[in-house]
Amino acid sequence: MDVLNAIIVLANFVIVPATAYGAQLALGALGVTLIYGILRFSNFAHGDTMAFGAMVTILMTWALQGAGITLGLLPTALLALPVGIIVTALLLIGTDRLVYRFYRQQKAKPVIYVIASLGVMFVMNGLVRFIIGVDDQRFADGERFIVSARTFREMTGLDEALAIRTTQGITLVVALIAVVALFWFLNRTRTGKSMRAFSDNEDLALLSGINPEKVVIVTWIIVAALATTAGVLYGLDKSFKPFTYFQLLLPVFASAIVGGLGNPVGAIAGGFLIAFSEISVTYAFRRAANHLLPEAWEPDGLVQLLSTDYKFAVSFTILLIVLIFKPTGLFRGKSV
Amino acid sequence: MKKLLLATAATAALTGAAFAEGHGDGITLGVAFGFTGPLESLAPPMASGAELAMAEATASGAFMDGMSVTSVRGDSTCIDASAATAVGERLITSDDVSGIVGAMCSGATTSMLTNVAVPNGMVMISPSATSPALTTIEDNGLFFRTAPSDARQGVVMAEIIMERGIDEVAVTYTNNDYGQGLADSFAAAFEEMGGTVTIVAAHEDERADYFAEVGSLASAGGDALVVAGYVDSGGSGIVQAALDTGGFDTFVFPDGMVGEALTENFGSDLDGSFGQNPGTDSNGAALFQEMAAEAGFDGTSAFAAEAYDAAALLILAMQAAGSTAPADYAAHVMDVANAPGEEIMPGELDRALELIAAGEAVNYEGATAVELIEPGESAGNYREIEIQDGELTTVQYR
Repeated sequence: MDVLNAIIVLANFVIVPATAYGAQLALGALGVTLIYGILRFSNFAHGDTMAFGAMVTILMTWALQGAGITLGLLPTALLALPVGIIVTALLLIGTDRLVYRFYRQQKAKPVIYVIASLGVMFVMNGLVRFIIGVDDQRFADGERFIVSARTFREMTGLDEALAIRTTQGITLVVALIAVVALFWFLNRTRTGKSMRAFSDNEDLALLSGINPEKVVIVTWIIVAALATTAGVLYGLDKSFKPFTYFQLLLPVFASAIVGGLGNPVGAIAGGFLIAFSEISVTYAFRRAANHLLPEAWEPDGLVQLLSTDYKFAVSFTILLIVLIFKPTGLFRGKSV
Repeated sequence: MKKLLLATAATAALTGAAFAEGHGDGITLGVAFGFTGPLESLAPPMASGAELAMAEATASGAFMDGMSVTSVRGDSTCIDASAATAVGERLITSDDVSGIVGAMCSGATTSMLTNVAVPNGMVMISPSATSPALTTIEDNGLFFRTAPSDARQGVVMAEIIMERGIDEVAVTYTNNDYGQGLADSFAAAFEEMGGTVTIVAAHEDERADYFAEVGSLASAGGDALVVAGYVDSGGSGIVQAALDTGGFDTFVFPDGMVGEALTENFGSDLDGSFGQNPGTDSNGAALFQEMAAEAGFDGTSAFAAEAYDAAALLILAMQAAGSTAPADYAAHVMDVANAPGEEIMPGELDRALELIAAGEAVNYEGATAVELIEPGESAGNYREIEIQDGELTTVQYR
């Protein structure tokens, strides 16, 4: 019984939140990794692309709610998501026309792209704040819990409770669908194959008649879909605030680099690795330990490796360790 | 030489006359507030409040057999310690005041008190300095305040929790001076009363989620969670995460969390949680506001009522001592402010002065239900609230 309680505590505070967070990071990292693999630069504006997509979706959600259209038990934001993706795709393609295409024609060095994307990041950052403001926005509606802490206790009669929020469940399902669709697209369709060819060897791809402009546009559309989905899921699960998306850039990049930049499988694995490390390193294990250990051994302290204030330091540390010992990442991406 | 002697004698005689005039039919009180600086908008109503009490005492004709009380304003600023010292020196040496209402901010008050008031033996009553450091400052019994110390709320909160039979709590505070000061004073008071504080952990405002923070708090355990944060920011995030994970279901809310936003965000999920914020049910506050409206200033402005009470206490203490010398009346400030005695509301200074002249005791309540505790600061009045059916309800005032 005590082992069961310990498992429930861990599931409630570590496994469930880390899985949802990992899925959100994985979607974000997939976008970063695609841009790196196909367009060959690190897109610093990715966090703010997520914020922009989430913002458009939120505005659309409010419009739908205002018109009395909801999804019942599910959040209305899912209905508004396609609109968010389309608007974000238009913004990204517009940015490409305005900024990145120029550097592509110049055959600029990657570092110039990175600095250009830094500029784009600040512009998008300002755009989002200008349109929706800097405050917290709540847009989740529908049923809040799949299993709430109270019903779980009543159902099982255990001391500890497990709560699974609807948004956590939706995050996993949507992330799974997005990943399966992405891999199917990259591996099975003609356009997907041409994108991979372009990524592997640009000159060879050009020689075999692949249209680079088409590959670029399709890439931006996929990135817009991934970023918007990640942004909306993160906003639903936690809360939408432009500043937190800006901060999200670090764990997203850490995930992509740890997994191996340019490698989609690596991005997913990296996302979960970062999420689980961030949460378990800063979690206080005392309660779980109390259930498992005999009374005499029960710890007085919190059994916490790092204070929660150092959450961001965890991604930094993992990033450094991977870059020192395995610069191509765990799944053999391109070297940074 | 004769001329010089004559001139000296004449000057002495004139000075003596001026001296006699100064003390014969009136006294002056210094009003040292931060008329310029970060809180300058609060200073004018506070000064008007203090001067209202002086005008009332003068009009009654009962103060020290018909003496008048006039005010001399001085700009103590809020953050400039040397300016506060300079204005204190001016009030005492040049304006020859008998007491000072002020200063306004804790920093200015500290510098005026230690550099000028204590060396010159002058009494100061501040209506608005709330720093806990002023409780333990070396003041030779010359400093009082009609505002409660920030440390006081921690003690009140500890009492409320204890009375509800909860003796083990976790504490989280917003990572700034307010949050930390409150959390520290609460933890010390609660442990002194025999309670256990399982963890005192900071949280940052403006984060996306607080699951990790709540994870450590829940792991440390406790029957309730004290949230010393802001309702419009991280405090609400902590409550949300704690409710979602089932980590805590009883919360204790100090003043930063007690607001309409709390019940708007969470509704009846918080039923059974409780807390406190400053407040009083004394009708002195309403009386004072009427008087302020008549006098043409805003009586609801922060610390205006406390300023009225500070000036009134100075005047009543002088009457009780039968002397306007600070050394004589300083010891009487606590007597007139506290029971036993006839309760005195704002607007009743004339009655209070007559009662004291007749040798009877008074208990000055004033606009803020004044109750001074050692070492001469307001006990503070708090409204204990509880959330029932998604509404903030008042349990009692304490």
